Amino acid sequence: MTATTAASAKGRRRDGPARPRRGGTRRRRSAGPLFVAPFMVLFLLLFLAPLGYAAYLSLFQERLIGGTAFVGFDNYVRALKDPQLLHGVGRVALFFAIQVPVMLVLALLFALALDSGLLRLARVIRLGIFIPYAVPSVVAALMWGYLYGRDFGPFAQMSRNLDLPVPDFLSDGWMLGSLANIVTWEFVGYNMIILYAALRTVPQELYEAAGMDGAGAWRIAWSIKLPALRSALQLTLLFSVIGSFQLFNEPNLLMKIAPDVISSSYTANLYAYSLAFTGNQVNYAATVSFLLGLVIVIASYAVLLTANRRRTA
Amino acid sequence: MSRFLATPSSAALSRRGFLAATGALTLATTLSACGGDDTGGGAPAKRVSQADIDKAMKTPTELTFWTWVPNIDKEVALFRQKYPAIKIKVVNAGQGVAHYTKLRTALKAGSGAPDAVQIEYQAIPTFTITGSLLDLSPYGATALKNKFVDWTWGQVSGPKGEVWAIPQDTGPMGMLYRKDIFDQHKIDVPETWDEFAAAARKLHKADPDVYLTNLAANEAAAWHGLLWQAGARPYVTSGKSNIAIDVDAPASRMLGQFWGDLAKEGVIGTEPDFADSWYAALNKGKYATWITAAWGPAFLSGSAKATSGHWRAAPLPQWDSANPSSGNWGGSTTAVTKDSKNPIAAALFAQFLNSDPASAKMFATEQFFFPATKALLTDAEFVGSAPSFYGGQKVNQVFADVSSTLNSRFQWPPFLDQAATDWTETVGKSLADRTDTVRALGAWQSRLTAYAKTQGFTVTT
Repeated sequence: MTATTAASAKGRRRDGPARPRRGGTRRRRSAGPLFVAPFMVLFLLLFLAPLGYAAYLSLFQERLIGGTAFVGFDNYVRALKDPQLLHGVGRVALFFAIQVPVMLVLALLFALALDSGLLRLARVIRLGIFIPYAVPSVVAALMWGYLYGRDFGPFAQMSRNLDLPVPDFLSDGWMLGSLANIVTWEFVGYNMIILYAALRTVPQELYEAAGMDGAGAWRIAWSIKLPALRSALQLTLLFSVIGSFQLFNEPNLLMKIAPDVISSSYTANLYAYSLAFTGNQVNYAATVSFLLGLVIVIASYAVLLTANRRRTA
Repeated sequence: MSRFLATPSSAALSRRGFLAATGALTLATTLSACGGDDTGGGAPAKRVSQADIDKAMKTPTELTFWTWVPNIDKEVALFRQKYPAIKIKVVNAGQGVAHYTKLRTALKAGSGAPDAVQIEYQAIPTFTITGSLLDLSPYGATALKNKFVDWTWGQVSGPKGEVWAIPQDTGPMGMLYRKDIFDQHKIDVPETWDEFAAAARKLHKADPDVYLTNLAANEAAAWHGLLWQAGARPYVTSGKSNIAIDVDAPASRMLGQFWGDLAKEGVIGTEPDFADSWYAALNKGKYATWITAAWGPAFLSGSAKATSGHWRAAPLPQWDSANPSSGNWGGSTTAVTKDSKNPIAAALFAQFLNSDPASAKMFATEQFFFPATKALLTDAEFVGSAPSFYGGQKVNQVFADVSSTLNSRFQWPPFLDQAATDWTETVGKSLADRTDTVRALGAWQSRLTAYAKTQGFTVTT
């Protein structure tokens, strides 16, 4: 027994300190928080504090007549029953279901094509697909607004000249698709770059080995490249969840040319904005933003969970 | 109307900027136009003595002035010539909604608000209800009353004789029309709304590519101007917290029925205004008239150059020919914030800027604003100008004559942005979708009533 304790004590000493010893180790340990401090300070100031303030605001109600009163969870009760909010969330969920798969499949195809080394002018093509991401979404929405135009847009003019029915991209039925098209055009290049960068990290030896085993290009894409892309795809998917549920810029800009289709509560984020700046209902706007944040957290988690489950299955 | 100078893209940047982009409405209203301030009343504020004024105007001071008016430095320079001790820092804080949002934020924060600020007539009640504006009557503003067109004074004054702002420019409504298209289809200029409806049907039948007019489905400001013309009183405030909302009263329903029918028949356009497609349509002769305001002629001559010489101006068609009337759309004022550290200098600046003859005239000649002063509306040079874009017609005279036909009873609600958004999503949408506009008025009424109650108002209908 004594032997074992002695041995284990010796062993412990050899493997590293069980108890902190004076001197270097202690200093090394206390340096950690110092390095993290700048991040923590900014994180507190720029992220947690506003979040806390929004949470605080959402528990009050300020009125033009009668001032501010504490209302507890009344705003939340109102929001959960608010058809405008529910429609807005439903609309962005639908948008996510339609737009994100299309965009990621396209980004994946472009990335694989570029990585295959079979394309001429690969650099030019890569830049061309990426450029829309560099165009501010304000400019993009204005540009597409013109392209979609009912009277003088090029598509409408072309159809008219060919005596075809004029597509009304800005009508109720088409609007979500038109928005999805703008967002896809804007972000496909961005996602492609992420996937392409992930592909470049695959060791060349794997491809050589696969070639020795007689695998063709398709087989290599399927059995080596796709599995290597898994975590990059998860990342793009996560960004897309957040982007979709927060959809704001594009509908906000197209609202000007299609006010009868895009209402002030078209998306949840637009609704929060309108509540704050049109209706002067800052507290309720904070509540809506908070709930939207919650929806995004849940949706992100659900997406990651299904992706992971698929991996283990 | 300053907003009229907004570029299409900047106009498009903000959703509620549309009011901005299109200017606002104004109204001549009774004295209760602006709800009382939160001092709860009592006797009118005491006059500031001339000695105090003289002293303040000789003390070196810097005022901050938020405005979106282009080249306003020229008018400011006139003020500085008279009061060299007072420096003015001009800040463009955006247009319309962006500007108001920043103003509201600064007022709430209790710091960073300007001394003097550009405010459209229809936004005044929004800022008096929060007690954010300084009553200018103790600083000599009351004496200016007779210099301004009656209805504009109604717009800026409160129930106890407060003066919340000084009028700068206005937008009495009229109709600009394409004489060449009228001649081609043998259409007379409509003098009544019935004639207007008949002309709309006739014209569109004769040429399916042309519409008599476009009533923009996103332009709550124009609708309010038409309500004003029809004698409606959609909002009546009394005291601080009582408001009667009646946006589907008989006069409104008449308007809803009239425009709803024309939209449903497809003989007028309903596309959003101040958007690219709308500019193109005006240039290409898709619309034979533009129902607009007195700032419209200058605006159009800059935006539809291809049609120069073809346009003429006329008063709005009438509901009652025996009693011609019109409404107002656009124009703004200069107000002073309650928090200003230099109330005397700021109040005198607001007054000088808009009532000094040279400064007021400069707004008409430099910025092409439509004046708010009686002197300018009878100024031979102003009303006598005959631009070639209008075939040498004296368009300012047409609108100057209209300006005297506005009633002074129209009032704005203290939550205009909400009223405008709700209008677009109910009435505007019904016009665009060709559904029942009269029923949409009911939806507008109930949405707005619910909102007012949420904000703590006692609402009657």
